[in-house]
Formats: sequence, C-alpha cells, structure tokens
Amino acid sequence: MTGSAAVTVLLFAAAREAAGRGRLEVPHREGLTAAEVWKTLESERPALAPLAGSVSVAVNHRFVPRDTVLAAGDELAFLPPVSGG
Amino acid sequence: MTERFRITSDPLDEQAVAEGLSTSEDGAVVVFSGIVRARNKGRKVLHLEYEAYEAMVYPVFERVAEGVSRRFGVERLRIHHRIGRVDIGESSVLVAAASPHRGTAFEAARHTMNEIKRIVPIWKREFFEGGDVWVEGPKEPVTE
Repeated sequence: MTGSAAVTVLLFAAAREAAGRGRLEVPHREGLTAAEVWKTLESERPALAPLAGSVSVAVNHRFVPRDTVLAAGDELAFLPPVSGG
Repeated sequence: MTERFRITSDPLDEQAVAEGLSTSEDGAVVVFSGIVRARNKGRKVLHLEYEAYEAMVYPVFERVAEGVSRRFGVERLRIHHRIGRVDIGESSVLVAAASPHRGTAFEAARHTMNEIKRIVPIWKREFFEGGDVWVEGPKEPVTE
C-alpha cells in the first residue's frame, strides 16, 4: 500500500475508542465509497456497529453524504454526534 | 490582534475576545461565555475534556461565520474554543459579535452557539462522580 493508493481514515471520540485507534489507512480502488469503508471497519471492529446510524462523514474536512466516492489520497473522517460548546 | 478563530488548551480570555472587535459603526458587542457547570443530568460533574478534529474545526468555523454574515449581516464575529481538560467554572467557549444594534448582535451570538453545537467537530467527555461518558449532540448525521 503506498500513500497515493490509499485513503486515510480518521476516527474521533466514541468512534476512536470503539475502533481502538484514531487513524488508519485503507487501500483505494475505483468507486470506493465512504459507506463501504465504514462497513469494512465495522466488520473488523464490531464495537463500531452501534454508532453506524449517527456518525457523520467528512472528506477532506467537508461534510459529505455516505455514498460519496473517494479518491486516492483523500482524508476520510467518521464523526460521532458533535458536542462542542 | 486577537485571532478570529482559536482553539487552545489554555484558559480563554473574555476581555481579549472582544478587544478591537467593534468599529465606529457598532452600537453593541455581545460576548457569550459557555462555562462548565458542576451538575448535569443529576450527576456531579468533576471536569470535562474536549477533543477536536482541528484541521476541520477552522473551515467549519468559517462556514458558521459565513452563515451568520448571510443571515444577520454580522461580519465582526469571533469564536474561541477550549480543548483538553476544562474545570468547573471555567469557560469552554467564547463567542463575540459586534453589530450596529443589539438585537442582531444577540441573535448572531445565539445562532453561532447553536451552529457550534450542531456541526463543529468538537466532542466533550464528561467526568462525573462514578464514571465518565461522551456527551453526544443531535444524532442526525450531518451530510452537507
């Protein structure tokens, strides 16, 4: 896996804890969507499953729909419901 | 000069956030300070810890400010947010808004806080007597 052929995945707060890590890389392929990356993560880390309905998805620091198609080198983030303030 | 947007693990400064913000056109400056309270949902809170997706916080602050500008015509707005551990009575967030009239300054500050709680990628963990928990805002995912 090289940097250019990968997608960087970031997980925060409850999602980071459920996954046991906050950052990983997944191989990129044509047509890969954010939802597919989540499904793969969830199958490897079942503790993520309860968060599936409430996580927001961001690609390169912008909120996007889950069916967004990813490009190699994208920074994909899964964000539990925010609670700043 | 005070930064427009700031996330910091240092204590927030209520004076500094408004310093130099208003112009001769302005008749009002509203400063909102959100502080950590000792009770939440019947629990005795010990302290909070904030985590941020820093690289995304700044663009989302920009987006919030653009919304405030469009909606209220308020351009002079600052947002400072604390990260890391914040103790009872300390400020976790400051919003300052300046406007020719008080109504729009109040509304701009209120709307900014609502947007922070809705879309800014910051999370708080509440440490209370007997445990700790991630506090979660609206469960509906943000998709745009």
